[in-house]
Amino acid sequence: MNLIRIIGRAGVRLTRNLGSYGLFLMNTLFWTFSSPLKTGRVIEQMSFIGVKSTLIVLLTGAFTGMVLGLQGFYALSKFGGEAMLGPTVALSLIREIGPVISALMVTGRAGSALASEIGIMRITEQIDAYEVMALNPYRYLVVPNLVAAVLCFPLLAALFDVLGIWGGYVVGVKLLGLSPGTYFGEMTVYLSSSDVFHGIYKSLSFGLIVAWICCFKGFFTEYGAKGVSKATTQAVVICSVLILVWDYFITSVSF
Amino acid sequence: MKRFDTEVLVGLFIIAGILSLGYLSIKLGKMEIIGSNGYEVYADFTNVGGLKLGAQVEIAGIEIGRVKSMTLQDYKARVLMDIHKGVMLQDDVILSIKTKGLLGEKYVSVQPGASDETVQPGGRIRDAYPPVDIEDLIAKFAFGKVEEK
Repeated sequence: MNLIRIIGRAGVRLTRNLGSYGLFLMNTLFWTFSSPLKTGRVIEQMSFIGVKSTLIVLLTGAFTGMVLGLQGFYALSKFGGEAMLGPTVALSLIREIGPVISALMVTGRAGSALASEIGIMRITEQIDAYEVMALNPYRYLVVPNLVAAVLCFPLLAALFDVLGIWGGYVVGVKLLGLSPGTYFGEMTVYLSSSDVFHGIYKSLSFGLIVAWICCFKGFFTEYGAKGVSKATTQAVVICSVLILVWDYFITSVSF
Repeated sequence: MKRFDTEVLVGLFIIAGILSLGYLSIKLGKMEIIGSNGYEVYADFTNVGGLKLGAQVEIAGIEIGRVKSMTLQDYKARVLMDIHKGVMLQDDVILSIKTKGLLGEKYVSVQPGASDETVQPGGRIRDAYPPVDIEDLIAKFAFGKVEEK
């Protein structure tokens, strides 16, 4: 009897949790489209999420591309297919690795900060102050983050892809002696614009996920310093897992 | 001034991002933003197995156009090709679908003709040969039919 009760309680809690995530997203989306955007806040958040993540995204992009160049060359040379290095690097970067790794990096850098910033505003009752002043906290705090993240993620992923392709070029052509014509020529043959769009859709959805989860965790943080740290940790963990899980599903749907 | 700096940085970031997106989709993804200023011709193949949209059309190894669409017409494959402006095709050119290397992609090879007439934009090229079916060839070879011919 007790066991059944425990299961029931867990079920109710899970449903309530998921429901509050959903309601939060609905609220945010409602305020995104129903009220004029706070452009200044959006630009501020774009600077925080996008501009300040550029360096780390470029760095990880370049090295990811270089590793792909090395590993791809190693694997392809097993059956004499070194000529396919360009398409291998480009396709895996554009369709998969670019959006995912740039999203993970931005989650670690900016997502955690978003969660803790909103969390601290919550525990120091600044969000309540917004409400008391009849200002909508969604509109001022959450919506700019969401819009900024959705705009920034594809751009960051594109920077990641380009740097990665050049990184692969440096390793494949300059170090391993592939001809540059082979690297880029084969790439244009096997890459189509639908691959690029596939990557863009992915990053758009990752931007939504990261802003949503991080803001939610901060918005409904538990009280005290412990509460905020827990919210931040959970935000990063849930985002990272969700990015990878969602990535699988979106890839399998568009396969 | 501080606020202005943020806006400049965000602007630079957006421009850099869009340039990268453009590089990926136009240079590598072959997306056409400005419509090509060439002309179209078509040909009916009995088989275009393996030919892809955007495949190259070549004379002597030089690209002169790309495959624009492939549709079924009277149980034949009608291939519409976008030919670069300034490339004249005689009306007795011979098209054949070939493979680059052993595992490479398919492309349309054009053998120049000798006729004085050129194919008009939107016109049809009569001689079009399907790709060599390697499996078929191997089967013939294995059962010894190649020698009988």
